[in-house]
Amino acid sequence: MKNQSPTSSTKRLVRKLFLAAVGMFGFGFALVPMYDVICDITGLNGKTSGRYTVAEAEPMVVSDREITVQFMAQNGAGMAWEFHPNDTQVKVHPGEVRIVSYRAKNPTDAVMIGQAIPSVAPNEAAQYFKKLECFCFAEQKLEPGEEVDMAIRFFVDENIPEKITKLTLSYSLFDVTDSSKSAQEVTAR
Amino acid sequence: MSAAHDDHHHGPAKGLSRWFYTTNHKDIGSLYLWFSFAMFLLGGTFAMVIRAELFQPGLQLVEPSFFNQMTTMHGLIMVFGAVMPAFVGLANWLIPMMIGAPDMALPRLNNWSFWLLPFAFLMLTSTLFMDAGAPNFGWTFYAPLSTTYAPETVTFFIFAVHIMGASSIMGSINIIATILNMRAPGMTLMKMPLFVWTWLITAYLLIAVMPVLAGVVTMMLFDVHFGTSFFSAAGGGDPILFQHVFWFFGHPEVYIMILPGFGIVSAIIPTFARKRLFGYDSMVYATASIAFLSFIVWAHHMFTVGMPIAGELFFMYATMLIAVPTGVKVFNWVATMFRGSMTFETPMLFAIAFVVLFTMGGFTGLMLAITPADFQYHDTYFVVAHFHYVLVPGSIFSIMAAAYYWLPKWTGHMYDERLGKLHFWMSFIGVNVLFFPQHFLGLAGMPRRVPDYALQFADFNWISSIGGFLFGASQLILLVVVIKCIKGGKKATAQVWEGAQGLEWTLESPAPYHTFTTPPDPKLIHDQ
Repeated sequence: MKNQSPTSSTKRLVRKLFLAAVGMFGFGFALVPMYDVICDITGLNGKTSGRYTVAEAEPMVVSDREITVQFMAQNGAGMAWEFHPNDTQVKVHPGEVRIVSYRAKNPTDAVMIGQAIPSVAPNEAAQYFKKLECFCFAEQKLEPGEEVDMAIRFFVDENIPEKITKLTLSYSLFDVTDSSKSAQEVTAR
Repeated sequence: MSAAHDDHHHGPAKGLSRWFYTTNHKDIGSLYLWFSFAMFLLGGTFAMVIRAELFQPGLQLVEPSFFNQMTTMHGLIMVFGAVMPAFVGLANWLIPMMIGAPDMALPRLNNWSFWLLPFAFLMLTSTLFMDAGAPNFGWTFYAPLSTTYAPETVTFFIFAVHIMGASSIMGSINIIATILNMRAPGMTLMKMPLFVWTWLITAYLLIAVMPVLAGVVTMMLFDVHFGTSFFSAAGGGDPILFQHVFWFFGHPEVYIMILPGFGIVSAIIPTFARKRLFGYDSMVYATASIAFLSFIVWAHHMFTVGMPIAGELFFMYATMLIAVPTGVKVFNWVATMFRGSMTFETPMLFAIAFVVLFTMGGFTGLMLAITPADFQYHDTYFVVAHFHYVLVPGSIFSIMAAAYYWLPKWTGHMYDERLGKLHFWMSFIGVNVLFFPQHFLGLAGMPRRVPDYALQFADFNWISSIGGFLFGASQLILLVVVIKCIKGGKKATAQVWEGAQGLEWTLESPAPYHTFTTPPDPKLIHDQ
């Protein structure tokens, strides 16, 4: 065959198709924030949202309803800390602000940094669980043998659907000593 | 052949370098097909290791970690190395001849698309000889198995996938450009053979989802080496996100592996039923509908991750909706055969087996789409049986049907019909003995990807393994048939099959090295 160069319409088409492929590569990455937004709206993955800042009015307490909130703790793979909730279960009225705490102990000989990741079951309850204060908002650094109580201040949103009478908050504690921002600080010692 | 003054016109270059430098669509088609066949035998060998280990309960032949490497490599090689390149090879050989074009639109790119593949698969299979072992996280490479807990060779896997993806994307761009810009005068879109139509739609699917696959392995690369946390909960990521992104690629991918097969069967059945294809237009629209629906059903692969009920219902109904256009196709094939003057040469046998067995695979797919039922079937051998029914007697039978159907056009000789029929019957019996009992194993609760199992599963696994060995061995017959056919045999006529329609059958057999350097007579282009 003769060495024909592609016609200009072929070139245009190929350029468009190539751009489409590049665009879809970008779309793959765009799925990451999209997923976070969808999870935020629907509570798809049981993730709770970040710090709740109280609006002008205090949340209204609905005293004729009672929600059971259960607390669980588990360690991520290879995490050596002792980690458990101080209260396994509390009953709250929607809108009522409560404080509970978890206890963590670093039994090792090294300074370690932990990060707790919350998850709420059932997933659709996640968006109604509001945290005013939580140890999961920051990394926790424990000296060798150090033991602390870590608090959560929360309330359950009054709009929580009637059918939900019980929800479970579970924390997974991960060892982030190596990847943490303050890791250099730790190794410097 | 009027352009005799062109000195490149005599035929292929001599020697081995022909295959490295070729830009001829027929040469590249042959390279793709041979490569795919080699990968089919390699992936098949891994499958034989799997079936041999599962022949009896207990651990006999391989370590569990090596077993996991086998299931992973079997899946990766068969999907990306055997089925996809086979369809690209057929596209290269056939699309220019079917639409009356002299070659693909971008011949040099075509050469590059192919020659990337051997290196990608060399890189992937070389991991088997490394200390850390080959990837062992399954062909779906779910995080964190493929990130936090992956063997070090995961990086080779990631780059191999990048290269395969680049090859597929370039191949698809080439195919779309060829179909849209190189059709002979008179070859309107609605006169194109269905194989061309299905490939056009497949190529668009590939361009849409292969970059997403490249994206997801890139995220893995960053998680593994650069400290990001796309899929790590500890750093604020989410492993479930992996499954969403993967299946956003993965579900269209399974249609990429079947749509060209639909096109092949739609060419073969009318030929041997000696009737026009029933419902050509509806076939085109059905293919397009399936392609569209493939983008909105991905989460049916992950019903058990914990989705809101509304999500599960949406994905259940959307998935079931796919049965409608697929049903249109199956009924059209049956209607084409109805009251036709059918003969049963090897391609037709494979095509009929395709219709029957693919439909069975489709029905088990419908069962899996039922969300509450899926909670029981998920990750059992029922799923294995389902997707092997649609991929082996589905995609692979369609590829074999195509090989037998067009082999006389490629080689100029008729293949050995007796050996072809032997190959078909051994494959047909083998594939059913191999996969049918796996339905029962799955319903009884045998999980996927296990090297050992409870004693109650022993009998069906024994039967399945026997079928596996039969199916595996019978594929060597295909190799013999193809080599015999290249070496000699009864001369094939231009028409080859009495009922064959289409531009490729107006060319002599074997098809000359350069075809349609001048566009074909528009009178040769018929309504579908």
